[in-house]
Amino acid sequence: MLPAAIKDRALGRRAGLAGGLVVLVLLPYYVDTFWLQLGLFTAAAAVAALGLNLLLGVGGQLSLGHAFFAAVGAFGYTALAAESTEGSAGLGLPPVAAAVLAVLLAGVLGALFTPIASRVRGLFLGVASIALVFLGLHLIRNLEDVTGGSVGRDVPEFAIGNFVFDNEPLDVLGVVFGREEKLWYLALAVLVVAFILARNFVRSSSGRALMAVRDNETMATAMGVRVTIYKAKVLVLSSIYAAAGGVLLALAYQYLTPYPFGLNASIDYLAIIVIGGLARLGGTLIGALIVAGMPLLLERYSQFLPFVGSASESSGITGGEFARYIYGALIVTMIVANLPRDRKVKPPAPGSERPTADNDRPALDGEAHARAT
Amino acid sequence: MNFLNLILNGLSIGGIYALIAVGIVIVFKATRVLNFAYGSLLFVGAYIVARGHEALTFWGALLLAIVVAGALAWAIDRFLCRYVTGREQVLRLAILTLGVDIILVTEMTRRIGVETLSLGTPWGSSVVSVGPISMATSRLLAIVVAAAILIAFLIVIKKTDWGIRMRASSEDPMTSELMGISTRRVSGSVWIVAGVLAAIAAVFIYTFPSPGLQAGAGVIALRAFPAAMLGGLDSIGGAIIGGLAIGVIESLALGYQADLDFLGRGFASLAPYLLLLAVLMWRPHGLFGTRTLERV
Repeated sequence: MLPAAIKDRALGRRAGLAGGLVVLVLLPYYVDTFWLQLGLFTAAAAVAALGLNLLLGVGGQLSLGHAFFAAVGAFGYTALAAESTEGSAGLGLPPVAAAVLAVLLAGVLGALFTPIASRVRGLFLGVASIALVFLGLHLIRNLEDVTGGSVGRDVPEFAIGNFVFDNEPLDVLGVVFGREEKLWYLALAVLVVAFILARNFVRSSSGRALMAVRDNETMATAMGVRVTIYKAKVLVLSSIYAAAGGVLLALAYQYLTPYPFGLNASIDYLAIIVIGGLARLGGTLIGALIVAGMPLLLERYSQFLPFVGSASESSGITGGEFARYIYGALIVTMIVANLPRDRKVKPPAPGSERPTADNDRPALDGEAHARAT
Repeated sequence: MNFLNLILNGLSIGGIYALIAVGIVIVFKATRVLNFAYGSLLFVGAYIVARGHEALTFWGALLLAIVVAGALAWAIDRFLCRYVTGREQVLRLAILTLGVDIILVTEMTRRIGVETLSLGTPWGSSVVSVGPISMATSRLLAIVVAAAILIAFLIVIKKTDWGIRMRASSEDPMTSELMGISTRRVSGSVWIVAGVLAAIAAVFIYTFPSPGLQAGAGVIALRAFPAAMLGGLDSIGGAIIGGLAIGVIESLALGYQADLDFLGRGFASLAPYLLLLAVLMWRPHGLFGTRTLERV
């Protein structure tokens, strides 16, 4: 039996989530396309960052190569769905098939990186994974037929069956839906599915096994967790998430260039999950809103901000720069203030503490589990 | 360019990478911080020299840059890193420096804008020729300066009280504290040294033959991270070898670009990281890194 207070809180959270979802679903009826675009970019970043949170927050593997897998999704979708034309290759697959294949391709590439990820640990893995970003940019520059090189390439419109997510006006209950409105629902659906799957993964036996590996690899092995397999599993899963986010990002941009897939993007994904809290999936959504949404917001309302000039002026800070200061400062603050704090777990009654052989090791019960939910 | 020339050039730029890698490694050894903000310290140092060399002369500006970079590094340690304790400390410290890096790089990029700033080095773009080998003066100076600093540094580490204090506190902080060594003071001084190294390295990174200080130039410092990792992150000798190796590989990849065409344009920028991946596959803790033994 759960204590009543916990039950109430769980109920309250569910009600809050449901209310939030209703607001998001009704959003196209009340706001203009700018806000939907902001929502699209936020959702794309959130989906990819959820994957990174599974990898780092739950699995304990630092990766600065997440942008590479997002690029695989974005460019993979574009190349698979586009028609082949003069100077650019494409398979002309149905968009849904193209998106699924692009995401699976990222999963396969993630699996190919596992020999390195399972041997190399911690900070070494973080720096080694930067190699992926540079490899990705190198491929984008050199496979011009497929990626459009540094010039870029048009992203084909998404479609499910005969329903195309394009700018063709569509009247739904009195409001005309354009491209942004249609894509908004697609992004929202992907985000909700991604979030629920991620939450279930964390609560599954795989999630628990991974948290055990994160907190103490030796102990996890002794408990019978096959460390290499679980590490590979979460790496593949996070690559798939990154690619799904990448597909959404491609659709949001409509035109793909290598620019959004550099090392900065990897750092942005990391910033999202640090601001939102490691192993906190709900926090990732807030982090995505801050890191991906805030720059757009500040650019748009720059004239109302102190010290901020418009981008055209030579002096003064642009909204985008202002946003980077804020979220750089947020990362620093979150880390220095040790936020978000672990949820309080009731300490065992005095005297009932079990003696441990090594007090330096983090305790695995309580703390680790509480952190993940 | 002939082979010998390429090797010499590689050693020259590698020496500078080694300076940067040593700055990363000593900070990691003393305080367990992988300092991702190191690139922005370079950036700040170079910016001060570029903006100040007309008013203060090059040497005055360099002195100012050294002081500012040292103070900035010290401040990062004193006011930020020192407060990070508890679980997953090493990871959180690394992410903290990423946050600092975002702020500093944004500020530098904004100040530089679309300009290409010259650092106003007295030796400019002159070239020294000895027999068949010709070399930019800046490259030659880089070798000399890097070698002098690194040798002096190794002697300081081995012989002076400060060096012994530093090695002791990175070996075993608690025992060193009990022996009367202030680990706080040691970590502060190590960060200052790292800042000074950054300012000096910056002068050679952003001068001829590179076009000068540009907004996107922060990326160059990222080459030094593979160098530090290659050597093992907690080995000073390893950082020097790693830096030289990365420099030579890069120089060769650039020199034989035409023959490496099948690997794609711009392969040279990828080479350091591929080398790192290969080494880490073979030795997951780098060439000279401390291995944590775990057997299950």
